[in-house]
Amino acid sequence: MSAAAAPMLHIDHVTVDFDGFKALNDLDLTLREGSLTVVIGPNGAGKSTMCDVIIGRVRPTTGKVVLHGETISKLREDRIVGRGVCRKFQTPGVLIGLPVIDNLLIAATKDRRWWKSFGLRPSAAVSAKAEEVLAQVGLSERRDTLAGELSHGEKQWLEIGMVIATEAELILLDEPTAGMGAAESTKTAEIIKSLIGKHSVLVIDHDIDFVEQLGGHVAVLHQGALFKEGTLAQVRNDPDVASIYLGRPKS
Amino acid sequence: MSSLVKRLIGLLVLAAAIAAPLYLSSYNLSLAGRFLALALTAMGLVLLWGEGGILSLGQGVFFGLGGYVLAMHLKLTGLDAGETMPDFMVWSGLKALPTWWEIFRNPFVAVVGVMVVPAVVAAAFGWLIFRRRIGGVYFALITQALALAFATLLISQQAFTGGFNGLTNYKTLFGFNLNDAKVSLGLYWVTLAIVVACFLAGRYLLASRFGKLLRATRDNTNRVRFLGYDPTPIKIVAFVAAAILAGLSGALFALHAGVISPALVGVVPSIEMVIWAAVGGRASLAGAIAGALIINFAKDKISTALPEFWLYALGVIFIVVVTVMPKGLAGLFPEGGGKRAPKAAAKTEPAPEAA
Repeated sequence: MSAAAAPMLHIDHVTVDFDGFKALNDLDLTLREGSLTVVIGPNGAGKSTMCDVIIGRVRPTTGKVVLHGETISKLREDRIVGRGVCRKFQTPGVLIGLPVIDNLLIAATKDRRWWKSFGLRPSAAVSAKAEEVLAQVGLSERRDTLAGELSHGEKQWLEIGMVIATEAELILLDEPTAGMGAAESTKTAEIIKSLIGKHSVLVIDHDIDFVEQLGGHVAVLHQGALFKEGTLAQVRNDPDVASIYLGRPKS
Repeated sequence: MSSLVKRLIGLLVLAAAIAAPLYLSSYNLSLAGRFLALALTAMGLVLLWGEGGILSLGQGVFFGLGGYVLAMHLKLTGLDAGETMPDFMVWSGLKALPTWWEIFRNPFVAVVGVMVVPAVVAAAFGWLIFRRRIGGVYFALITQALALAFATLLISQQAFTGGFNGLTNYKTLFGFNLNDAKVSLGLYWVTLAIVVACFLAGRYLLASRFGKLLRATRDNTNRVRFLGYDPTPIKIVAFVAAAILAGLSGALFALHAGVISPALVGVVPSIEMVIWAAVGGRASLAGAIAGALIINFAKDKISTALPEFWLYALGVIFIVVVTVMPKGLAGLFPEGGGKRAPKAAAKTEPAPEAA
């Protein structure tokens, strides 16, 4: 880790125990500001649980999550988002009953207190942000379509757009290319790469080609713990990593 | 149907409703006023259930609270000289008028209480339930239990509530004689005006960002939460709004019908309220008004002709609506009655709320 970039998020020795099954086992991982980190690992390695812990959906049994020196793992979920952490879920979680633009407007609204929600029109800044993200994720032509009528890939982009529109400092993307073809994956990689520098991004994915397109720092999770870290090339050539994916016994 | 045509039809219907005293018999007019009052409850269910996805089988409670608050006022102002409390209290051996009756003697307190009492109960109940993230079937069952408990309480506390008979035999409201034909006519128009005002307020609420958040919470509570919103107050506000409408509805109904009693607020009436909204279209305020009017007029006409047949008819209507017309009557007017008519709306309406 370079000394210049300050750690923004520290998953500090987190263990999540589901009735004896340790989904995360003393996981310790640090993310730097403005970085792109890709987390890979076999099924059941704890990747999604890690996201759940960061956003407060699952609470650590032991350990804590620290954002800019402040423990966030005891905060209510919406307060964690308020601190600048937002996640895209694995199965697209768009607001199906609302038009695409309204999905983005709801995400882009900064003042989320309920008693501020009785106005008819969003502020100019919020509208501008929503329109900007709409173009960024390439859904301009679907602006007024109900989100429930989008194709699967479009829903994924919309949800990525919603997460971007919150202007969260840390963006978690859980399998953003799930169910996408090669061309769609490439477009998704472009969108994600355009975020580097403005946001810290953590991506979970299985698809090695996609990971290659993204570049960035790679962390391998295995049995709920950090197994290896490094560039994709380093990780790829590591015999231990190959063994956990292919199940070869370690010598 | 374009929104212009829709608006035109709405104005025509409104004109017909204003002119109803010209062509309806006084009996049917009194029914119309009564059923318009009930439509307010159905509109509340559109907000809560249709838009918020929260099915309450206990709206009778809030209906009853509104009705009883106004009825208490009417009983107190209708006392003859020398009487200190309503007759049923005397018969039950009560020595003095309870304080919680006394406060509703003031007409201003009574009118505000019609809305505030249900609102406070709904807010407290909603806070307890929604904070614990209880929803769906569990919420429906809890509200149904609440309706049962409320009706049982009213019956058991005869000395304070009039028991099974409820509160009836009102004389004057704000000095107007309720048995005067002109007052009845005025009451019809007042009811109509309140329905129109609540309809417009409901439209506004649904067009605001709150309305979008409510729909968003219905469709995906977790996504809303993980976009940084707290879904609990959103649900509470919808529940309170529905309770206020039900309270107004109960109070106006008591005025029109001249009675409020446990039989009007328990489990079965609460379920009927849901049926009005379902038949009209649970995501359409206009549909809710139509549903309440149609079902209740049908109930009156059918039960007069064939008393035993009504419940079967209601059952059949409900089954047909649920299986064949899930959007209710509003579904017959794509884009018309309903605020949300997904496919057509998305293509032709440039999302008016978003503009």
